Amino acid sequence: MRIACPFCGERGNEEFVYYGDATVVRPDPGAADATAAFADYVYLRDNVRGAHRELWYHGVGCHSWLIVTRDTMSHEIKRVEFARDAVRSRALSTEGER
Amino acid sequence: MKYSAFSLVYQALRGHTGWKPAWRDPEPKPEYDVIIVGGGGHGLATAHYLAKEHGLTNVAVLEKGWIGSGNAGRNTTIIRSNYLLPANIQFYEWSMKLWEGLEQDLNYNAMVSQRGVINLYHSDAQRDAFARRGNAMRLNGVDAELLGRDQVRVILPFLDYDNARFPIHGGLLQGRGGTARHDAVVWGYARAADQRGVDIIQNCEVTGLVIRDGRIAAVETTRGMIRAGKVGLAVAGNTSRLGAMAGLRLPIESHVIQAFVSEGIKPVIDCVLTFGAGHFYISQSDKGGLVFGGDLDGYNTYAQRGNLPTVEDVIEGGVALWPGLGRLRLLRNWGGLIDMTMDGSPIIDRTPIDGLYLNGGWNYGGFKATPASGWCFAHLIARDEPHAFNAPFRLDRFAAGAVIDEKGQGAQPNLH
Repeated sequence: MRIACPFCGERGNEEFVYYGDATVVRPDPGAADATAAFADYVYLRDNVRGAHRELWYHGVGCHSWLIVTRDTMSHEIKRVEFARDAVRSRALSTEGER
Repeated sequence: MKYSAFSLVYQALRGHTGWKPAWRDPEPKPEYDVIIVGGGGHGLATAHYLAKEHGLTNVAVLEKGWIGSGNAGRNTTIIRSNYLLPANIQFYEWSMKLWEGLEQDLNYNAMVSQRGVINLYHSDAQRDAFARRGNAMRLNGVDAELLGRDQVRVILPFLDYDNARFPIHGGLLQGRGGTARHDAVVWGYARAADQRGVDIIQNCEVTGLVIRDGRIAAVETTRGMIRAGKVGLAVAGNTSRLGAMAGLRLPIESHVIQAFVSEGIKPVIDCVLTFGAGHFYISQSDKGGLVFGGDLDGYNTYAQRGNLPTVEDVIEGGVALWPGLGRLRLLRNWGGLIDMTMDGSPIIDRTPIDGLYLNGGWNYGGFKATPASGWCFAHLIARDEPHAFNAPFRLDRFAAGAVIDEKGQGAQPNLH
């Protein structure tokens, strides 16, 4: 499995550290249902078979956090993006909703 | 037909022409009292104990491929009960006791071999941690013995005792641990369950769960809909997918772990050896191959195959421990698909849906649990309440904060 880091180019997966599902979002600790929301956030996963958005850290390369979209059946990597860009665009879209 | 020395001689005199298939190949009936989804070791053991211990024989085991084609046929066959936490010790020790009587119970040679399991330690601190675990085991009636460097050297003279990073200081031995023949365990449970009337239905994949008014009513399969009073899921590796059919989101990620076997050689290692510091473990099959493995690949997958960096990592660990391994050729390697839970311990519990029961989350250690898992799951399904042995393995323990984290790793499934 080779991951095309947007900064370093294509590298073997042994250069990266895996950190799991990138779709879970840390809940608001001040919310009324924060206890239940944190239990979901920390413990429950969709664990999809198919396209999975997940966090990888390029520890042996540029030290970037990446969001990789990878098929969990074929290991085919469909998309790699910087995690900071994804988080910024999510923050912008949330502001838009407000 | 009961297997015995007499039946073997009798069949030998008849040219072995009289052996019958060990289990039937029935068509699915329209309805069963209990349906077990998953024809691996755990599912078949559950069916056996439902029939034997609870008198429930209108039972079907549904298997999408052939029985034992998943993790029951992909593991490295180790049995042990060398745990630290009370919930794990009592459960796995019950499993070990069932292993010790399994062949008489099933009238089947599962080749249970209590050859001993040794965990190596490499520092004073690690020795103290192992002594603590050994003491916890002995307090719970499990055998454990702390071996010094010279005692280990007598058993395993070929290891590198003076490795610069991980010099061997000794090991923790569980003498009753060992191995069993994984396929024979599957076949033995299948035959015993079949003889008590359980239908084992192969090539029958469950494609949906029918739930009416909060209660399980039937399962949809590739061979039609089958009504059921109760349904038990024993599909570790794919638990999240079956759970999703019932609207459940679970504390599980599916991962791959790879295993390896070398070419066959003469007997060289007569125990199971684990090198936790180097992420490597090894034993020798009766056929002569060295069977070994190490870490997970570490990313979510349903692919039942791994990547080469993990192969390299496992073999590096093995050769560092046992330099002579470098002279052997690798015969095969393969991957098994495992449920990794958020605390590294399994789940045997009811679900929010009446009549639907969950057995999963076996991480990389499901094989040794096979007898107790089936025994406890059968108790849960038959009586709708957990036995004391599986009561801690609740589905809601994560939200409740009652996690059973043997390694103290936290909610990071690929690190357990």
